[in-house]
Amino acid sequence: MQRSLNIDPGKCTGCRQCEMACSYENEKVFNPSKSRIRVFTFDAEARFVPYTCTQCAEAWCMRACPVDAIRINLGTGAKEIHNDVCVGCKVCTIACPFGTVNYNADTGKVMKCDLCEGDPACAKACPTAAITYVDANWTGLDKMRMWAAKTDSAMTAN
Amino acid sequence: MHYVVLGAGPAGVVAAETLRTADRAGTITLVGGEPEPPYSRMAIPYFLTGKIPAEGTHLRKAPGYYDTLGIGFRQGTAEGLDTDAKRIAFADGSHLHYDRLLIATGARPVRPPIAGLERKAVHHCWTLEDARNIVTLAEPGSHVVLMGAGFIGCIVLEALAMRGVNLTVVEMGDRMVPRMMNPTAGTMIRKWCETKGVRVLTSTRIKSLQSVAAEKSRGIFGFLRRKEAPRDSDTIDVELDTGEMLAAHLVVVCAGVKPNTDFLEGSGIRTDGGILVDRYMRTSANDVYAAGDVARGYDFSTKGHDVHAIQPTASEHGRIAALNMAGHNVQYNGSLQMNVLDTLGLISSSFGLWDGVEGGEAVEVVDHDAYRYLCLQFKDDVLVGGTAIGMTQHIGCLRGLIQAGTRLGPWKERLRRDPMRIMDAYVAHSQMA
Amino acid sequence: MGWAGKILRVNLTAGTVKSEPLNMEWAQRYLGSRGLGTKYLMEEIDPRVDPLSPDNKLLFATGPLTGTMASTGGRYTVITKGALTGAIACSNSGGFFGNELKNAGWDMIIVEGRAASPVYLHVENQTARLLPADDLWGTSVWHTEEAIKAKHHDPQIRIASIGVAGEKGVKYACVVNDLHRAAGRSGVGTVMGSKNLKAIAVRGTLGVRIKDFDAFFRATEAAKAVLAGNAVTGQGLPAYGTQVLMNVINESGAMPTRNHRDIQFEGAHKISAEAMAEKRPTDGKANLARNGACFGCTIACGRISQIDRTHFSVKDKPQYWGASGGLEYEAAWALGSNTGVDDLEALTYANFICNEQGMDPISFGATVSAAMELFEIGAITTRETGGIELRFGSAEALVKLAELTGKGEGFGAEIGLGSRLLTAKYGHPDLHMGVKGQEFPAYDSRGIQGMGLTYATSNRGACHLRSYTVASEILGIPEKTDPLATDGKAGLVKAFQDATAAFDSAGICIFTSFAWTLQDVAPQVDAACEGDWTVEKMLEVGERIWNLERQFNLAAGLTAKDDTLPKRLLKEAAKTGPATGRVNDLGKMLPEYYALRGWSPDGVPSNETLARLAL
Ligand SMILES: Cc1cc2nc3c(=O)[nH]c(=O)nc-3n(C[C@H](O)[C@H](O)[C@H](O)COP(=O)(O)OP(=O)(O)OC[C@H]3O[C@@H](n4cnc5c(N)ncnc54)[C@H](O)[C@@H]3O)c2cc1C
Ligand code: SF4
Ligand code: SF4
Ligand code: SF4
Repeated sequence: MQRSLNIDPGKCTGCRQCEMACSYENEKVFNPSKSRIRVFTFDAEARFVPYTCTQCAEAWCMRACPVDAIRINLGTGAKEIHNDVCVGCKVCTIACPFGTVNYNADTGKVMKCDLCEGDPACAKACPTAAITYVDANWTGLDKMRMWAAKTDSAMTAN
Repeated sequence: MHYVVLGAGPAGVVAAETLRTADRAGTITLVGGEPEPPYSRMAIPYFLTGKIPAEGTHLRKAPGYYDTLGIGFRQGTAEGLDTDAKRIAFADGSHLHYDRLLIATGARPVRPPIAGLERKAVHHCWTLEDARNIVTLAEPGSHVVLMGAGFIGCIVLEALAMRGVNLTVVEMGDRMVPRMMNPTAGTMIRKWCETKGVRVLTSTRIKSLQSVAAEKSRGIFGFLRRKEAPRDSDTIDVELDTGEMLAAHLVVVCAGVKPNTDFLEGSGIRTDGGILVDRYMRTSANDVYAAGDVARGYDFSTKGHDVHAIQPTASEHGRIAALNMAGHNVQYNGSLQMNVLDTLGLISSSFGLWDGVEGGEAVEVVDHDAYRYLCLQFKDDVLVGGTAIGMTQHIGCLRGLIQAGTRLGPWKERLRRDPMRIMDAYVAHSQMA
Repeated sequence: MGWAGKILRVNLTAGTVKSEPLNMEWAQRYLGSRGLGTKYLMEEIDPRVDPLSPDNKLLFATGPLTGTMASTGGRYTVITKGALTGAIACSNSGGFFGNELKNAGWDMIIVEGRAASPVYLHVENQTARLLPADDLWGTSVWHTEEAIKAKHHDPQIRIASIGVAGEKGVKYACVVNDLHRAAGRSGVGTVMGSKNLKAIAVRGTLGVRIKDFDAFFRATEAAKAVLAGNAVTGQGLPAYGTQVLMNVINESGAMPTRNHRDIQFEGAHKISAEAMAEKRPTDGKANLARNGACFGCTIACGRISQIDRTHFSVKDKPQYWGASGGLEYEAAWALGSNTGVDDLEALTYANFICNEQGMDPISFGATVSAAMELFEIGAITTRETGGIELRFGSAEALVKLAELTGKGEGFGAEIGLGSRLLTAKYGHPDLHMGVKGQEFPAYDSRGIQGMGLTYATSNRGACHLRSYTVASEILGIPEKTDPLATDGKAGLVKAFQDATAAFDSAGICIFTSFAWTLQDVAPQVDAACEGDWTVEKMLEVGERIWNLERQFNLAAGLTAKDDTLPKRLLKEAAKTGPATGRVNDLGKMLPEYYALRGWSPDGVPSNETLARLAL
């Protein structure tokens, strides 16, 4: 059974442990600006919203890549960037309608969530279980899926 | 069922793959028009800079990839199409029968009517072969003139500059990337390129190309019009309409493209600056579909039909066309015109109706010192287009907001005050609604 | 590593910025943040300077754990000579500014001189610029943050700024970052205002590196588990915030009420954590919207509140309808119990104003309560107050004075003097409830004896954050002592003071000490930093810092005479509760404390002590 990150903004306190864990896991440095997950803060609404790639089925990023640098990890279902192949053209960053692929000028490549090969550092670091790694079927990703559907350039008629 | 996919660029390859998932049993033949495995033109610039070898441009990398999927790959240049007999004629005299055909032959560069453009050291930058030619000529320090500073021109510009050549760009429009950037943004990019040592001449035309040898006959006047003395390796004299003469060792022409539809003459397939297709990617002929740079596909923003000439649109076309070819009846919502460009480290992007719409409203922030720019175009409280410079984080949200047609409500006012909060607006709508 | 290794030196007089290497030898001896910043200040200024003169300096310092995955590792301190006290000032703040500064590659910013006209400092990684702030001057913290983010086209910039209070010289102005996190006490914002420095805006994307990740990960994981498993840090603070204390302290008979005349507040239950969580009849919403965390914090004690829109304080002011930083216990006490006001919404509003205009709610509330007492005894009248009926319990008066003081207008300008100057001005200096000019926080030392010694000896003036013996005397952390006893309190206070200095200097939050001891902190520091950071070394560093601060104060002209409490606490017995009949027995504890510290009977560190600590 494939699993996915389930994010419950209601539980998030905005502490950014996930951002640090992610940047360390992937870049070997504590640097929220290099994190694949980012917490958005809405002060007046008293809301904190962690946000990252949902490994959407449409995989816009992957389909846009000209050199096959984004591939599906068959174990986790994650769409992973292969840094040795990526040429840094950034087309995936504009193709992903969720804004979850970012360019990293230091490496000249892009970065996105890869589910940490099935052992997500962000989920482990989250002190309130606002991020959990659960069976894909019962995650609360529906909202995002709905959103994805809206962006989809195809719609099935009749 | 025999599916033939003519053209092995991204549109063709995605289509062939999609056909395979949609129809496990059908026969699929993918035809490439160049003596290369299916590759991506977009990756050429990175081959030019040496970031990747030629194989790095290949669209799929696993050995035996097409065989494994049961996709037959062959080469051949189509010269004719008989839609009644469902038969393609190739230049080598062979023929191929299809049950359903996808035309994904892309586009090819145009050669403006300028004297001397047929010279040896003049190249387009469109195919891998072009790229190999450029690589041998564009050595560090050599003089290179780039004709055209459109989107492709600018991408090539970056690659050439990174090869360490002495670069002059000649663009007849009044700014760089005129069809992707408004004057503010185009000017900002130009300023940036100039600070990086690239000479940018806008509103300037190339009048002719001559051989350097001809110069001697012009004597002293020829020298007077030069900014820099020619080097031994320079072989071409580029004459500008300003009167200036540039010596170059290589001229790269990026002056636009036109769709590869010549072979369709007499086939009855309707074209008008590209193959006309409906929202199911069907052409005017039975069982013939078209996708990618060759097709005037449905545009999400304008609700009209247009050639986008970009990779994401080509692959989307390929996918939708294939689904319909396999009988899925999928209507196309239209793709979004969008580009991302890296000019010597300055990253810009544009989406949708970046130039605005009638009765719409624009908000804009410009920071010339920091080379940052963001322009959002609204129709009521819906984002319809945008342009960004110097922004690389979460930029895809512009696409998301535009294509989902999100009503921004109170966020529009917030964005008016600070457009940079666009990702906040996006997350607020997608995650908190 | 752990440290970024760099200092940004900003001279406002000359308009220059420059980068300097961090003195790594000092880093080994003072760790970072509070300790290291104090060392720099001590070396660089004459402690006798007028705090508001250009010769005073203002330091913004992170610690080696700031910006790391250590829980609560997002803190920074502002160090200067305090405007309110004339003593060493070091105010600690959470939020996200400290982390951003560290990520920009700086351990510390040292601000010198005074700008000719208002400026703000913009730091983007290794680039720093002073920019004009004329258009920001006269505006609030909230406006300043929004305007700077918009101006630099970057919503992710973090900003520490002063509000109008700091510009107008309110003596207890604070530096506020992230809208409602503050380096609150001793008038550090007043010093910033005197320098014509409106704000420091930082964007940092360089990252923070540590010595040994595996060891660090193990140490921080273990320490986080300790926080999660502890009743206070794992449950009490996240659910109730520091407000968890309101009822506890009130019942202990240690809740200063009406300028410390009483020791229990009859309205405590109306302004407690429980009250904040209750749905209001008016709009069906609770005052408390949710809890929020500072950078890296796995406790998340922060209160985020929303005011009832129909409440008189905000009825016509939609700008206060959104959620923002809510009441912490100290603020609820100072604005509430100490002024006798039990209107939760009014207190929340006053607290919003304190954040918006950058003033310390403790000193503000305490000064209002002193003024209320002056009003009650007739020392001031509506003539002075501009018509305000300044009675204990008046929510209207509190709200009005918050608005006026935040802007330094009308009678608010006098409230802005702080209670020491205000009570002296009107001829009743005994009504100043504080030490070294700084107003008391929310614990009455007649009911918690150890806190009397804590206050009297605190280097930055009356303060609970220098040795929170409440933990032991009331909550039983790390072990229960009798709040009414004086025996052993000298040792307790010293131990808390030294450990606290070490916690503060690491770049973490002192609330971790409800669950952590230095046994938990040392391994984290050791994995992050070069040098052998054992518990013993941490303690030694803590004690060294305490003595250094003491030396600063002595050099500034303070003496043992300043280590005292107001007459009211030493002479007027508590009227109710468990401490009925008691005063604070400071006289019994102080000599023992000096001796334990290795100080002379007049509170001067002996040569042996200095030598032992290599000072
Ligand atoms: C240098 C360069 C940089 C680019 N950068 C970007 C970029 O950054 N972002 C972006 O979105 N787009 C970019 N593009 C454009 C992008 O490459 C095209 O939009 C995309 O390749 C279109 O795909 P396609 O499959 O429709 O056509 P093509 O990729 O052009 O493929 C056409 C295929 O058809 C074959 N063919 C042509 N004629 C015949 C025939 N008569 N018979 C048989 N086969 C034939 C060709 O050999 C080829 O295999 C760039 C293009 C170039 C040249
Ligand atoms: S990066 Fe974006 S497009 Fe790619 S899988 Fe994730 S959400 Fe989908
Ligand atoms: S940036 Fe890299 S991963 Fe993204 S589309 Fe380009 S090559 Fe592929
Ligand atoms: S799963 Fe891993 S890569 Fe993805 S956001 Fe979490 S920590 Fe980052």
